[in-house]
Amino acid sequence: MFLFNSILGLSPENIEILKDSFLPLMRGVLAYTIPLSLLSFFIGLVLAVVTALFRISGISVLSGIARVYVSLIRGTPLLVQLFIVYFGLGNLGIEFLKFEPFTGALIAFSLNTGAYASETIRASILSVNKGQWEAASSIGMSYMQSLRRVILPQATRVSIPPLSNSFIGLVKETSLASTILVSEMFRKAQEIVATTYTPLLIYMEAAAIYWAICFILSIIQGGIENKLNRYV
Amino acid sequence: MITATNISKRFGDLEVLKNIDFNVETGKVVVIIGPSGSGKTTLLRCLNLLEQPEEGSLTIDRQTIDFHEKIPKKSIRGFRRLSGMVFQTYNLFPHFTAAENVMEGPVTVQKVPKAKAREKATEILAKVGLKDKVDTHPHQLSGGQQQRVGIARAMAIDPKVMLFDEPTSALDPELIGEVLRVMKQLAEEGRTMVVVTHEMNFAKEVADEVIFMDEGLVVERGSPTDVFENPQEERTKRFLNLLKE
Ligand SMILES: Nc1ncnc2c1ncn2[C@@H]1O[C@H](COP(=O)(O)OP(=O)(O)OP(=O)(O)O)[C@@H](O)[C@H]1O
Ligand SMILES: [Mg+2]
Repeated sequence: MFLFNSILGLSPENIEILKDSFLPLMRGVLAYTIPLSLLSFFIGLVLAVVTALFRISGISVLSGIARVYVSLIRGTPLLVQLFIVYFGLGNLGIEFLKFEPFTGALIAFSLNTGAYASETIRASILSVNKGQWEAASSIGMSYMQSLRRVILPQATRVSIPPLSNSFIGLVKETSLASTILVSEMFRKAQEIVATTYTPLLIYMEAAAIYWAICFILSIIQGGIENKLNRYV
Repeated sequence: MITATNISKRFGDLEVLKNIDFNVETGKVVVIIGPSGSGKTTLLRCLNLLEQPEEGSLTIDRQTIDFHEKIPKKSIRGFRRLSGMVFQTYNLFPHFTAAENVMEGPVTVQKVPKAKAREKATEILAKVGLKDKVDTHPHQLSGGQQQRVGIARAMAIDPKVMLFDEPTSALDPELIGEVLRVMKQLAEEGRTMVVVTHEMNFAKEVADEVIFMDEGLVVERGSPTDVFENPQEERTKRFLNLLKE
């Protein structure tokens, strides 16, 4: 306990600092970290489904576009993508491409999620037994009907665990948005440290909050998986 | 009811069906037998257009498809609904209940109102002896029950012919009877059926015609008595002897 206290420096005034910083940090979580994560995940998922369908369409132009997109995003660091969208495009002098920090982060994170999740979704669509497509065709269903009614519901079940992991990863990666001045939780933490000079304390507090969010998310993930696994 | 003329199908270099001629009259049951790899499944899948032959033409219920021409997707779908396919491995939709499996064709494809489709699905399920399994998911059903749902699902689209690809060969022996009974009942109602099976007793009892296939050819055809008791071709005799062992 003594060791623990001396490492974190948990003197009465430090405990005071922890308490005082908790609300600002949580404001960062609620106003930016969570909205940014949720929005970019959902936009990313839509992109991912479209990209995955392009990939498996068998139409070479479409699958080509999808391939290039996935390759570019996977082959470059997220931080670099973020800087290109925010600083790079913002510097072109085109009004339309000058984004607010939040919008810039949203675009970069959505594009990034879209590429990675498309691989997950593609794999899960391909994992559905070929007999399911055939059964759907044999009762007269079209490609889109088969996909919507038969294939995607089954692919969803397969893709929930890896997609949940992507989402948990995304929540943590939103801390990168601090570099383009989005006032999410980590940016808040840096601002607090600049006045209190207690980096270990505050960054540990931020870490604890990230951990708590991810812990809750993994519980939700378990619940969804249970529900979807009922009929297998 | 079905007339298939000069059907040829190849997979790469492998010629799986070689100029097959084939016809089934309304209300008749044709059983196809033959060794593994002889092309029985492929022929059935061609009738349902799950495979497209390179050659030949196919008529079901006065609608004709010529495989030399490019066939629009929409007419393929329309044509498919003329036949109801029952798969060896059932291929039920696992996320749907028995009734939902049966309703899916009518509701999604034929746009029948849900309540009406459910009523009809319940009726068909009762007919195949699954009255009390209407709201059960496939994973809670035995293999025999699953296959009967498969039959019900195929019947629900009101096909002109029913196609069965070894419907009992994935089943434990004690469950085969219940499926064959349902099929026999359908035959007695006068449905047109094409059945690939190794159940020779079923063929003897129910078939109007037996077709023996080997290496992509129709080697011999005739009444069950002709083919089973008095086969003309050497290859048929050899196959039937193998079955007896
Ligand atoms: N999609 C495919 N691609 C390549 N070859 C195939 C394909 N489907 C079937 N074949 C080949 O075509 C031949 C005929 O197969 P088919 O499944 O029609 O035989 P079958 O008479 O139904 O045999 P079984 O009694 O084992 O079911 C086999 O040699 C098989 O390997
Ligand atoms: Mg077969």
